[in-house]
Amino acid sequence: MNSEITIKLPRCKGCGICVAFCPKQVLAVDELGKVMVVNADACIACGQCELRCPDYAIFVDKKVKA
Amino acid sequence: MERSFEKYFRQNRLPHLWCPGCGNGIVMKAIVQAIEKKGLDQDKTVIVSGIGCSSRASGYMDFDTLHTAHGRAIPFATGIKLANPELNVIVITGDGDCTAIGGNHFIHGCRRNVDLTVVLFNNSIYGMTGGQASPMTPTHKKATTAPYGAIDRNFDACRLAEAAGATYVARSTAFHVQHLTDMIAGGIDNKGFSFIEAICQCPTSFGRKNKMADPAKMMMWMRDNAVMKAAWDKLPDDKKTEEKFPIGLFYNESETDYATAYNEVIQIAGGADK
Amino acid sequence: MSKARLMQGNEACVEGALAAGVRFFGGYPITPSTEIAEGMAKLLPTVGGKFVQMEDEIASMGVVLGASLAGKKAVTASSGPGISLKQELIGYAAAAEIPVVIVNVQRVGPSTGQPTAPSQGDVMQARWGTHGDHPMIALSPWSVREAFDTAVMAVNYSERFRTPVILLMDEIVGHLREKVELPEASAIEIYPRRKPTCSRAEGYQPFTPDKDLVPNTANFGEGYHIHVTGLIHDDTGFPIGSPKITREVTKRLHEKIDIARDEITHVEEYFMDDAEYAVVAFGGTARTAYEAVANARKKGIKVGMVRLITIWPFADKAIKKIAEKVKGILVAELNYGQLVGEVERVVAGKCPVELCAKYDMTIFEPAEIEAGIDELVAGGKA
Repeated sequence: MNSEITIKLPRCKGCGICVAFCPKQVLAVDELGKVMVVNADACIACGQCELRCPDYAIFVDKKVKA
Repeated sequence: MERSFEKYFRQNRLPHLWCPGCGNGIVMKAIVQAIEKKGLDQDKTVIVSGIGCSSRASGYMDFDTLHTAHGRAIPFATGIKLANPELNVIVITGDGDCTAIGGNHFIHGCRRNVDLTVVLFNNSIYGMTGGQASPMTPTHKKATTAPYGAIDRNFDACRLAEAAGATYVARSTAFHVQHLTDMIAGGIDNKGFSFIEAICQCPTSFGRKNKMADPAKMMMWMRDNAVMKAAWDKLPDDKKTEEKFPIGLFYNESETDYATAYNEVIQIAGGADK
Repeated sequence: MSKARLMQGNEACVEGALAAGVRFFGGYPITPSTEIAEGMAKLLPTVGGKFVQMEDEIASMGVVLGASLAGKKAVTASSGPGISLKQELIGYAAAAEIPVVIVNVQRVGPSTGQPTAPSQGDVMQARWGTHGDHPMIALSPWSVREAFDTAVMAVNYSERFRTPVILLMDEIVGHLREKVELPEASAIEIYPRRKPTCSRAEGYQPFTPDKDLVPNTANFGEGYHIHVTGLIHDDTGFPIGSPKITREVTKRLHEKIDIARDEITHVEEYFMDDAEYAVVAFGGTARTAYEAVANARKKGIKVGMVRLITIWPFADKAIKKIAEKVKGILVAELNYGQLVGEVERVVAGKCPVELCAKYDMTIFEPAEIEAGIDELVAGGKA
């Protein structure tokens, strides 16, 4: 896992933009209509999801090595 | 890690009221990121909006903010800028707000070259009232008031702004977030009337009526049809199909802005030290 | 040292506004108010103020509201059709509590009407021109000097109550030229822009009413990060879809004016001490009414005159007092009959109320009002 994904769930409206633009299929929209991480290990921290999230609900940071 | 742009939002007002997948949130973020990039003083920056979906943005932004009447953002903003030229004034408007009911104010704001940065959220539709055709709804596209497809020809707001005298004219989209931020930042830099058209998706009212209800698909449409200006200029006419459109900086010329010009009037009239 | 000057009503209005601290004007040319814009264009830059000629009447209203929010005392002026166009944003000023003065130099309407010809047909428009429940202050001068004085008052009231104030002039006074002596600047009382009483950290809310029910809203650019909207809002300034807040805000907007009614309702009485009849008039018409009353007095009729300087809020108290005293009231106005309805409402049958109306694009002759007085004395119209 190279990244840390932060989700501000109350802001998420489940539009699916982040899911659609994720090049590694890391994300999905759950049954309740909110974003969820389904494949965290695949995340390359490209930030495409964060960039286009209209609701400022998802943030991706490159993991800082301890 | 908390993002630095969050300080420009009124946290207690979020989440915003826009529909799932609405592009307005993306454009609003691009505006605050442009403000951050340019280092504008939050206490000396005023956000002025009209009426409509886009114009609700002012309520979420942590500055002095003014939600005016339908179409009237530019006159209010003109008053603010002339009354206190040290304020940075950013106008948020929509395609109906700016080019229909506010059309006259728009062209005259351009003509006066008032130092404003006007960001038009173009979602091609009246969203708040439920999907009526605007002057920027592309011909043949459907709306609740154009159920058989719009026969009106649509405005190219950028060409309109340039012809009317705006000194900075640019276009970008909700897909091209960083580019959009740069276009707005460039507008803030320009001392004069800056106009930035931000094409953004309205999946609810425009998309659903036009076989594009998925917001991500609407953004992919922007990705696939926007052409950077330099490439657009080299594109042969037969490749400039109906769906294709140019983005980028179209026009930027240095001209005296209105407040500066009026200061000369005050000098001549002898009121400079009053 | 003040010197006597020959001056037009519209010019005096400009001088009064500037004396009251106005430093911004936005307007659009329209007769018979244009001299106000022209005067502002000439004089404002001499005192460091700004004039802007906008693309239309709506923009003129918008630009002055913007300037006021940014801290400048601001005025716009127009007539008939122009005032109609401004109505939406006059309502905005009432809702968002923005100080602003709108000068209406009345001309004949409706629509384009009889351009430049005098009328007093906008009495009810001044009160109810914009939609929804809202308070209104309207003042009407009868002389050039009073055009100056009421302009000062209008600006002061707009600031004191944070509300739009209409200076309801008419073509008669607007274009009248008289010799006037204007007061020294030191003799003019100016109501300053209200200021926040606490900081953001102390929990400042821009629309929290003060003891007088008027909020101390900050100007833009002072670091308060206020939100201003035409939507019904609570003390924070943000819209809220609450019946309770809607009721409270609507009530407060009215009450802030109502509780100060005595302070802002100006009425002048002439020959009223022993009067058995009264003529009620305002603005340019009051000049003719005064002469008519003086002539009637010469004929032995005990008639006096009540002149309304404040049209809105209506002078209920003064008119009620008169109604208890006189045998009849004649309302002279240059329209089909507007103010008379208010007088009838207040008099409530205590004495006969007759109307002397004129709506033919010419001003009253004293004889016409005298004839009205005669009819009133004779027991009303046949």
